[in-house]
Formats: sequence, C-alpha cells, structure tokens
Amino acid sequence: MFRLEARTSTPAWFNLALPLIAIAATLILCSGLIAVAGAGVVEAYGVMLSASLGDSYAITETLVRAAPMIFTGLAVAIAFRAKFWNIGAEGQLLAGAVASCFVGAIPMPGYLAMLLMALVGAAAGALVALVPATLRVKFKVDDVVSSLLLNSVIYYALMALIEGPWKDTFSGYPISPPIEDSANFPVLVEGTRLHLGVIVALVAAPLCWFLIARTTLGFRIRVTGENPEAARYGGINVRRVLLSTALLSGALAGLAGVGEVGGVHFQVMSDISPGYGYSGIVVAMLARLNPLGVVPAAIFLAAVMTGAEAMSRATGVPAFLSDVIQGTALLAMLVALLFTAYRVRRVGALS
Amino acid sequence: MSAPLIEMRGITKSFGAVKANEAVDLSVAPGEILGLLGENGAGKTTLMNVLFGAYAPDAGEILVEGRPVAIHNSADALAAGIGMVHQHFHLAPRLTVLENLLIGIPGKSGRIDRAGGLARLKEIGRQHGLSLDPNLPVSALSVGEQQRLEIIKALFRGARLLILDEPTAVLAPSEVDGLFAALRSMAAQGLGIIFISHKLNEVRALTHRCVVLRLGKVAGRVDQPAQTTSAEMAKLMCGHEIVPPTREASTPGASVLALDNISTSGHAGTPLRDVSLSVRSGEILGIAGVSGNGQRALADVISGMLAPRAGAMTIAGKAVEQFSPRELQALGLGRIPEDRMTTGLVTNLPLADSMVLPRIGTEAFSRKGLLNPGAIRAFAEAQIRAYDIRCPGPMTRAGALSGGNLQKALLARELAFDPKVLIVSQPTRGLDIGAARFIHEKFLAMRARGCGIIVIGEDLEELLMLSDRIAVMYEGRIAGTVSGADATVARLGLMMTGAEGHA
Repeated sequence: MFRLEARTSTPAWFNLALPLIAIAATLILCSGLIAVAGAGVVEAYGVMLSASLGDSYAITETLVRAAPMIFTGLAVAIAFRAKFWNIGAEGQLLAGAVASCFVGAIPMPGYLAMLLMALVGAAAGALVALVPATLRVKFKVDDVVSSLLLNSVIYYALMALIEGPWKDTFSGYPISPPIEDSANFPVLVEGTRLHLGVIVALVAAPLCWFLIARTTLGFRIRVTGENPEAARYGGINVRRVLLSTALLSGALAGLAGVGEVGGVHFQVMSDISPGYGYSGIVVAMLARLNPLGVVPAAIFLAAVMTGAEAMSRATGVPAFLSDVIQGTALLAMLVALLFTAYRVRRVGALS
Repeated sequence: MSAPLIEMRGITKSFGAVKANEAVDLSVAPGEILGLLGENGAGKTTLMNVLFGAYAPDAGEILVEGRPVAIHNSADALAAGIGMVHQHFHLAPRLTVLENLLIGIPGKSGRIDRAGGLARLKEIGRQHGLSLDPNLPVSALSVGEQQRLEIIKALFRGARLLILDEPTAVLAPSEVDGLFAALRSMAAQGLGIIFISHKLNEVRALTHRCVVLRLGKVAGRVDQPAQTTSAEMAKLMCGHEIVPPTREASTPGASVLALDNISTSGHAGTPLRDVSLSVRSGEILGIAGVSGNGQRALADVISGMLAPRAGAMTIAGKAVEQFSPRELQALGLGRIPEDRMTTGLVTNLPLADSMVLPRIGTEAFSRKGLLNPGAIRAFAEAQIRAYDIRCPGPMTRAGALSGGNLQKALLARELAFDPKVLIVSQPTRGLDIGAARFIHEKFLAMRARGCGIIVIGEDLEELLMLSDRIAVMYEGRIAGTVSGADATVARLGLMMTGAEGHA
C-alpha cells in the first residue's frame, strides 16, 4: 500500500531533478510506441540524439528551432507566474509575425528595419494578449478560454490575409510577399541558419529572470499570482499588474514570430508556426516557470522535433512521435510537480 | 467508567528531526468529554490526524473498544466510529444541507436515498437538539450552522467518538453556549468527545478530564478540570507561570483616526450605517459585537479594502480621499487583517516577501523599480530576531509557520514603521496563551508610545483587558460605547443583542 502525504518542505535538488525525471519517464513511455512501429528503441533514440545534437550543424539547427520556443516559453512562464492563464502565445506569435512582415517589406536601412520589426511585432503580440487580460479584469471572463479561442481568430485572420490581399499574384501561392533582403537577420555562423534572433532569445531569458526576481514589477507579479487578496491588501493594484503581465507576455510571444519572419522564413505563410505557442506551455511547465529553465527546456523540445524528422527517415517511425513526446512530457511534468507538495509513503502494517 | 471507547497507546510521530508526538497515551470512555490542551505546535492536531488516519504513526497503536485497529485514511476512521470536525470545514457550498450529508453515502441501486437521509437527519436533530433546514444551500448557513452541519455529518456516518478541533475559535459567544449544550447531550447519550482548545475557561466548563500536551509529550493530566484553576492548567501548557499583562494608566491625546457617518454598500457582509467613532493617541478602542454585525465592513473601510458610500474619515487630521491601502499606509495607518493566511500573507512565497509586501515600492526596499534583496533580507532577519519569530530563516515559506508566528510577523511588518494608528481584527484568534500574551504586550507598549489602536474582536475577556473604551456594533451601527472601567461581560453581552441603546 502506498499513499500520498503532504510534505512540510521540498528539498532544493528536487527543482532540478523533477524535469529530468519527467523527461526520462517520457522517453521510457514513448519507447513503447517506437517498438510498436517496428523499430529498435535504442537505435531510434540514438538517431534522434545524433541528428539534433550530434554535430555542430545539428546543434545550430536545434538552436534555431529552440529560439521561438524560448520566447513563447518565457511568455507563458511570466504569465503563469501572475496566474494570467495565457494559452494564446500561438496567436500572439502569429500577430507578431504578420506585423513584422509588414514592416520588413518596407524599404529602409537594414538595422532600422530589424529594430522596427522587433518593436512592431512585440507590440502586436502585446495587443493580442491584452484582449483576454482586459476581458478578465473588466468582465471576469475566463482567460484560459478567451486566450485559447483568440488563437483561431488570429490564425484565420492571417489566412484571410495571405489568401487575399497578400496572395502571390504570380504563383498563386497563399504566402505573403517576402521582406526586404536588407531586413533579413544576419547569419552568425557561415553555412548555417543560426541567426541574430537566436542570440536575442538566449539573452531574453536571463533578462526575464532578472525582471521576475529582482524588480518591483516582478515582485508584484509573483505576489499577485500567489495570492491576489494579500496583494490587494498590501497595496498592489492587482488589475494593473495583470494587464502589465499580459503586455509583457504577449510581447515576448510576438518576438517569437518576429524571429521566424526575420531569421528563418523571411515571409509569412500558413504553417509559419508548427504550434510553437502551444509548445511554449510545455517549455514553461518543464522549466517550472523559471525563465532560466526555459532555455534548456526549449532546447530539449527543439531537439525532439529536429531529431524526430531524422529518426523518421532512418527508421520509419512516424515523425508525429515528436508531438507525442511533447504531450507526454507535459503530462509527466504535471505528475512530477505533485511530488513537490506530496511524498509517497509506504503504508505497511502498523507496528 | 466502562471500557474505553478509544485508546491511543505510545503514539510517536516525527516529521524529519521534529518529534511532533512522543509516546502519547490517551483514552476516551463512552459518555466522556476529554479536553486536549496544548500550545500551538504542542502536537494536538498531529495526534488527532493520526487518530483520524491522515498520518501513519511511527510507533504506537490505536484500540477501539479494546481491539487494535489500523487506520490508514478517513474512511477507516469513520468505519471505526471516529468522526472529526476540522477547524476548516469540508463542505460543498453550492449543495444543500441534505446533499452534503449524502455525499459519499452509497444509495439504493445508484440513486441517492433522499428520504432515508431526511429521516436520519430528523432523528439526529431530535436526539441531540441539532436541527438544520435540509434544503438550504450551505452557502446560506452561518459559520455556526456550518459547524453544526459538520457535527451532524459525523453522527450521520455513525461516529461514536467525535473529535472537535478548536470548534469555538470560529463562534460568537452566544453560539458557544449552543454548541456546548449539544455536546453535553451527545455525551449523555454515550458518545465520546475529544475537545481540542486552548481556551481554558471553555475546557474547564465543558470537559470531564483533560490531557495537556507540551512539545509533543503529555505534560500532565487533569482529572477534575472544573476544580482546577486556569493558572494551573496554563502552567502545565507553557511550562511556566503566566502573568496577565499590566495596563498602565494613560492620558489619551489628540484624535488619530475619526470616522464620520460612514455608510457602506456593495459588501458581502452587513453594511455599515452611519458609523461615527474616533480613536485618540495612546488609546485602545475595542469593537465588540456578535459576528456579522458589520465588523467586517468596518475593518475593510478602515484598512482601505472598501470605499464607503457616504461619510468621511480622517487619519491624524488628514482627510482620506481614495481609501486605498497605499494611501492609508502613507497617512500612518498600520493594519493587521482578520485572516492571516489569505489576506495577510503569501503562504507559498518566502516569509521575507510577506514582511515587506505593503512597502515594497518604498525607498526602504527598492529603488527605481529594482528590488534591494539585501535590505529585504536584513529587515526580515531583524524582525525575526526582535519578535522571536520561530522559523528557519527569512526564506522559509510563510505557510510553514504556525499561527502565532505568522501573527508576530504581521505585527512586526506594521510596527516597524511606527504607525500613528493601528487597526486589528481578531488579533489572537487561534493563538495559544504564550503568543496571545506577546501580542497583548505589544499592543500595550504601542499604546504607551502614543499609538491609537482599534481592536475588533469577539473575545470579550480580551477586549476588557485591553480597551480604554469599548464600542458595541449591532446591525451595522454603533449600538453604544462604554468606558473600559464600566464595561462587564454581562453588560456588553446585553448591548450586543441590541437590547441597550446609547449608554
């Protein structure tokens, strides 16, 4: 017989061990699917690992894929700290992508274009996030539902744009016109796709950590998230904190879209995001809402994504396994989080 | 007496290095009311949680009517005839009284047996004088009625031993009498009752026998509580004599807080109607009244959580304009909320965060939006030392502290900034004698330094001991004010029922 017993304290090493345990559990659980697909489990994971982190090119590819998830992971982590349930990072990312594509297509000096793309993209994401936050603060509308549904609104607005006014009249493809060549983010390592946006993402994580841990706004976000009643009693304007958090969160998600337009695709198309906004939720949970943890968590998911494609080619296991791993990782982490508050105790015969 | 209903033998339970219970023996006979006394952290709740199956003991055994039983969870405990009424109720607010009783009770062929439940409810009501309207939703019940429902729930499930964890902490004095009558009637019909409390007068009035715990061990047993003085029992609990604090005479100065015809609306509780009162420097004003007569609204207005519909308030001569916590704080108001855990502190964050929360934006703890972690930590450490707050350090999760230590922390965070006027609600609710004594001394020391203090409370003995004047609230109004010297429990009790007008 086992039972759960409330913990009085949580050991510090737990914070590091939990995500690792969750990831290990995920890989073990998913190995069953690989076996069902008729491939060797060790071989398949081996291909995944070498294709995603095996050589320097693979590492740059993984980092390029991690960058948008670092941004969406940060967006979700900061929002969830305030208990603003932003499930809308996907839509905010798309809004950032569209807005930055508009700006990037205007001829101007490259550095100015990149700066404006970032600013306008962040602003677009922030405005989208402001909608569910305002609805919650003013009318008590559930932010999970409104931010989630808004994703579809933004997605179909994007589709209307690229099927309509932006449609390539020459080829007939539903894609936006490309941004100016001068607005393309510089590549950092010759022969790879490692672009400036990746560095910005890596720098954003410690900045977000600093914001949460060391500023009064971060303090207010933490307190509001943990106990809004005590926050209000303590003189914190809870509504203002929620709105500020939403702006910040949306801006970060918008930057994910900016990076994809400026550094990877140079235009907007319907599949510009393979669900990076939703992956951000997994990333943030694996990171236990710590901005510094977002970077390794995003790299893990990116490695799974790039690795899964190579594994599919080499072993015939469908690449959809990457989605399964993502989903399983989230569930495993949620279960693992239970053990921060409870411990499993054996209940044997009493004396 | 006959064979014990429940017997606990040599119960030991440790949490890490802390022995919460050590070789505790305890027994309850049918028809007996046993008092379980002890300061916070003495191990009363742990012991009862072991009995109720929430914790597995490290050593020791539990016997029900002489037979050893293994209790792993509350279902085992209920099956053994043990029912518990927790301090925090476990009720579904949207369901009715009857539905709450039937939760978890298997019905007939998948259907809920309402008629059977109703009959049982009536029977329990007749037996013990515990009646409730079965069709009322729990959200419509007063706290006292919710507690009655919890007791009925335990009896409904066939409890022969009832554990009540500080049941009077949430009750008004008038409700306490009703509870005691019901408990006596249940005992007379052969039920065993364990009554946990640290209010000595209640234990002396109600129980047949007492077990006193201190630091996890049995510090003493009292066979005739009614014949034992409170001082003797307090000594057993604390391990030393308790001397009531002395109140020096003081001459109140100028008014530091004045309410002028304040009325409120849009509040969950009873609204205020034309409330005027004032507190002067160096004066303690007690606010008495049966719970739910506008005390909540009064505390909320004064502490900036509720803007009044009409009326004016001044602090140290300056008119209050926005009624926001920040404005009031800046005017020199100190505030200690009624509900420490939900309103006062952030239980999941470090204690230090809660201690600086109201003043995080001030120069003391931050500059230009950047926190000063060193100053925050130093402040928390200094207050922990000055107020003897028992905790591993400022980074301890606030929720891990005991009630008394939390209250000290809240007191420290306000008094460190030398308020001109202090508003506190139920300052010692749930605290043990030692901690309550500490809080009282701090209030009297602040009074001596010229602070004006408003104490909203239901414990009349406490108000009488502290207050220079006592105002009584009734249905949202001030029913009357008496000077501390003229006030007696009887007189206040009469005013609280609305019987006596302005005195």
